[in-house]
Parts: sequence; C-alpha cells; structure tokens
Amino acid sequence: MAGTEEPAGLDADRLIWIFTQMVRIREFEERVKATFTEHPGVIRGHTHLADGAEASIVGSLAALGRRDQVMATYRCHGYPLALGTPAAAMMAEIYGRATGLCGGYGGSMHLTDPGRGFLGTSGIVGQGIPQATGVAYAAQIRGEGQVVACFFGDGAAKQGAFHESLNVASLWKLPVVYVLENNGYNVVTRAEQEDANAAAGEPLAVKARAYSMPGVTVDGGDPVAVHREVAAAVARARAGLGPTLVESTIYRLSAHGNIIAPPGVPLHFPEHEAVEVFGAVEEYEAAKRGDPVPRTRATLVGNGTLTSAAADQIAESARAEMAEAVQFGLQSPFPRPDAAVNFVYA
Amino acid sequence: MARELPYIGAINEALRLEMARDDRVLYFGQNIATTDNDPFLSEFGRDRVRTTPISETAEIGMAVGAALAGYRPVVELYMAEFMLVAMDQVVNEAPRLRYMTGGQVTVPLVLKAGYGFTAGWAGQHTGSIYGMFMGVPGLKVALPATAADAKGLLATAIRDDNPVCFFHHYLLTLEPGEVPEGEYLVPFGQAAVRRAGGDVTVVATGAMVGRALAAAGRLAAEGIEAEVIDPRTIAPLDLATILESVAKTGRLVLVDQATRHGSASAVIAAEVAEAGFGSLRAPIRQVTALDATIPYSKPMEDYVLPDEDKIITAVRDVLGVAATGGRAAGAPG
Repeated sequence: MAGTEEPAGLDADRLIWIFTQMVRIREFEERVKATFTEHPGVIRGHTHLADGAEASIVGSLAALGRRDQVMATYRCHGYPLALGTPAAAMMAEIYGRATGLCGGYGGSMHLTDPGRGFLGTSGIVGQGIPQATGVAYAAQIRGEGQVVACFFGDGAAKQGAFHESLNVASLWKLPVVYVLENNGYNVVTRAEQEDANAAAGEPLAVKARAYSMPGVTVDGGDPVAVHREVAAAVARARAGLGPTLVESTIYRLSAHGNIIAPPGVPLHFPEHEAVEVFGAVEEYEAAKRGDPVPRTRATLVGNGTLTSAAADQIAESARAEMAEAVQFGLQSPFPRPDAAVNFVYA
Repeated sequence: MARELPYIGAINEALRLEMARDDRVLYFGQNIATTDNDPFLSEFGRDRVRTTPISETAEIGMAVGAALAGYRPVVELYMAEFMLVAMDQVVNEAPRLRYMTGGQVTVPLVLKAGYGFTAGWAGQHTGSIYGMFMGVPGLKVALPATAADAKGLLATAIRDDNPVCFFHHYLLTLEPGEVPEGEYLVPFGQAAVRRAGGDVTVVATGAMVGRALAAAGRLAAEGIEAEVIDPRTIAPLDLATILESVAKTGRLVLVDQATRHGSASAVIAAEVAEAGFGSLRAPIRQVTALDATIPYSKPMEDYVLPDEDKIITAVRDVLGVAATGGRAAGAPG
C-alpha cells in the first residue's frame, strides 16, 4: 500500500509522488481510449475512464497507510495504478489476455489486486459499499488499526446499499472512509435531476447527517485538499471514532463509458454528456480548463516543488510506460478457452 | 454417540461448535443477540455475534466484505424471502467475485434462511425458492431434511470456501432426530438413500423427504417398493446416485415443495431424461407445488402442495398400476 502509517502532511517527495501517479493514470486512460481507434475490437464490452478524477483518487490514497484496504467501482483503473499494480497487467486484463491482472476473467470493470490492498469492485452501482463496510467490520474485529477507503459515485448515493451501509458503519463505529466522487452525472442524468440534496442546492455530503457521521465536501481537483480531508477521516476512523463521508467534487472528462453497441458497430467514446445530451459546451470547456492534471502541475511548478523539466520528464516516463503496457497487452496470448471453467468454485 | 435433538437444536449445535473451533466464524443478522443473555453472545462476544438493522443488502454485502477480508460469516436471515431484498449480493456479487478476479479472492460465507413455512403464513413467507439459486455458478445450496443433516451440512457449509445458501425447512424446526455428538460433517454432493427399493425411484428434498417416506410405507403395503433418495445438496447435485437408482428401477418420481417451474425437480428431471433415458420404462413424474403463490386459507394451501396421496398417485402412474393395487394388465415390466 502506498503511503505511510500516519501521514502528517505532504512533503515535496510526496507531492511529486502524487503528481506522478496522476500523470500515470491520465496516460493510462488516454491509451485505453486510443485503443478503441488504434486497435478496434481489442477492447470489448463497457469501459469507464477515470480522467478528471486523478487528483481525488491519488489525494485519497496518499492518506492511507501500508496495510489499509480499498474497494471501488467499475470505474476502477486509477486506484490500482497508484497502489503499485503493474500497468501492463492492467492493460492486458482490459485486452482480455491470459497475462491480465485477473487472467481475462474480469476485464476493465473488475480489476482487483488483494496483495496491494485493492480488494475489488462491483460492476453494479452502489453494491461495493456494503462490501467495503464488511471489510471494515473485519478490520475492527482484527483490531490492528486498519482503515478501509470505499470509493463510489454520486449515483450510488441513491442506492439502498449506500444508506444501509452508512447506518451500520456509524452505529458500529467501523473504520471506513466513504469517498463519494461526485462527478455531477449519473450516466446521462444530472445530479440535480435525481438527487434531492443537489436539487435543493445542498452538497451531497449532507447525507452524512442522517447517519450521525461527519460529512465534508472538498474540491476533488486539488489533491492536497482531498488529502487533507481524507487524512482527517482516516485518523478519525483509526482512532475508533467511526466513518466519515467525504464528498469529492470532480468532473469526469470523458463520457460515462464507450458506446453501448451491438456487434458490428465499432466501439468508441462519444462526447461528454454535457455536450452530447445537454448542449452545454461552455460547462464542458470550463471543466477542461480546470483539468486537475495541468492544474496540479502548474501549482507544483509555480511553488517550486517541481521544475518544468522534471514535470516533462514525469510525463515522458508515463508515456513510455503506458506505450509498453499497450504493447505487452497486444502481444500477450489469449486465455485457453477451457480456462473458462476454472475458478467457479474455490 | 448419537442422541436425539430437534432439527433446530442440531443447527444451533453445529453453529456453536464451528464458532468454537474457528474464531474467524462470525454470526450476525436481525434480532439475534439483543441482550447479554444470548448464549452465542456470551460465549463468543460482541465482535463475532451482532444484531443488525433490517438491512439485508448491508448484512449480506458486509458478509461478502468480511469474507474477502479473511472471515467466515454466517448471516441469520430467518426467511429465505428476505434474501430477495438483497438479490444482487446473493446472486451477482458473492458467487462471482472469485471468478471475475481470476481466483484471487475467496468468499466463504453462509446465508442461513428458513423456507417453506406453509402453516398459514400466506404468500410472502412460505416459498421454496431454492430453485432460483441452484443454477447460479459459484453458489452452493444445502437443503437438510433431518436433524443429523442439519448439523452436518451446516458445519460443512461453514468450512466451505464458497458462498453457501443453507436453507432449513420451517416445518421441520422441532422435528427430532438422532444427531451425532461432537464434530459431525456431511459432505456436499452426496445424496442419501433414505429407503431402499427396486420398483421406483422417488427423489425428494427437505420436508418432502418425510412425505415421500410415509407414502413409500403405504405403497409397501401394496407390494410396491420405492427407493427414496434425498439429494441433501442441490448444488452440487449428486446425479450419479439418482441415475444409478433409476438404472435399477426404471421409474422416477420427483417430489419438490417448490412451484413446478422453479423447482429443483425440473432440473433433476431434465438431467435424468438426458443421461438416463435408456433406463426409463415410464415417463418421469414430478409432484411439485402448483404454479401458484401459497394461499393463506388451509384448504387452498393443502391443495397446492405435494402430499402423500399425490405422491402415491404418481408412483402408481409410473408403474401403471390401479389404485386397488396390483399391476395393470399390459403394463410394462
């Protein structure tokens, strides 16, 4: 697990680590997206990208300790990359290869790396939340101070699984931090069309009040701010004081996922829903101007943490690493067809 | 040493022994351990025994998470239908995670639920809904019919590294039976031949085993010897024992409290039709609940359920014998 046991703050090395992971995630997602056009047919089904969420993901994970645990959603490429999972194994999984992280059994939506604390995802909205809560129950019993970070989106906050889980977690004072990545859209539905708090002009973090736990809202484009709030929540959880709901406001820069199309139609990513569905070009352009990756770079270069040359070098390394991951994936063999009957039962 | 225990006593004994044996076993659910007098709570403590809110998705989802993190939870669900509230966790999460991760994780958990409470509980608490779980890859399904099996199958379920639906039959709750003391395990996927006979194979599950045996006793007075087989687990299913019996008898009657098209018997019948067709000397007959919601009023409840008379009629039918006894003229073999 990345991070130190009790991160007090972020020194220069840590900030550079955060920026590096953000750049790696962005580059990975760019390569995934490009695969649809450069290598049609290589990626099947439905793929969801984390571009726009990098600061939130890495700022959160930077607040965790070595033995802490993470669960997330089908939009799951960012977390394992930052936790140290090899990009090549991830790309090969997304390409359905035998060398993939999950042997080609799971694909894009089900990346899992338990050895690095990433216990998995659910492809069904909100359903990983009670599972992460159960991992936190296990941590509480084990009594070794582990904390669980549970990532999900704004859409999931309308699922019964969310409400049931927050109630139990607060009741039992479980060591879990709920990170609600609010990207403003549940697929093509805007938050204010489906969330009572959003419609009333309130942050989604107010939902925490119903379960007598702290709820905070943070700018998910600022990794330092995200780290500060998540670190406070982690410290609270580790102290036995129970869960916190951290709403991290982000803007997903790609569409919800690639198009859902019958066989024969080449898959690709459409325009973001703001543009494609709502015609809100300016909203999307503003989000692009606030892109957390160049924004973080500008901050770190501006305050002297990083030189421009060093930042360029980080980007160049990420490009080389992810280009290699693509090549590894493309050159890897497919699983034997009859491997399909393995792992049904333990 | 065996001694007599009620079915429910055998279940509790298995749970207590497994919790004492392995401190990774957890027990939680609604309305358990609400006071310090609870025997499980006093023996195993609040970490491992907890009452939960009425939140099946959280209960089962948390069991999945605790299992991913190395524990072996048993979720008390009381009524099988309550699992329907949390169907995603039961069907689409717990049994699929090992597979989708390429074998990187295991999800050992037990969903303990009663079913078949056809004693005036009307439409929503009486179902025999195990059929909808037996075809889910990654799930196992146990249906104990005796007190001894209730103990042995629950212990096996808790030690299994997969998610297991342990469905105990509510009508059997106080049914006494000989139960071995101490550690007792009944392996999954091994049917029990409850009664040997050469004329007809009767496959029955849960409380229907007792009805099939009672029917077999009456048939014996007519000179018909039924072999009664209890699969004990329907996933995995011991098809070999059933096919072996059908090879001997040439006739198959299935007795299942589930509605016909949601039954385990429909699957077993199809398997025997495919793998044992050459042995069959008469069409397979299924004695199931009618395809109706269980009604409240007793005459109607009785009408939709399998009973001894329906089993006897089906057996006579596959043997081609008249109700008065004796084989009908011209009936095969």
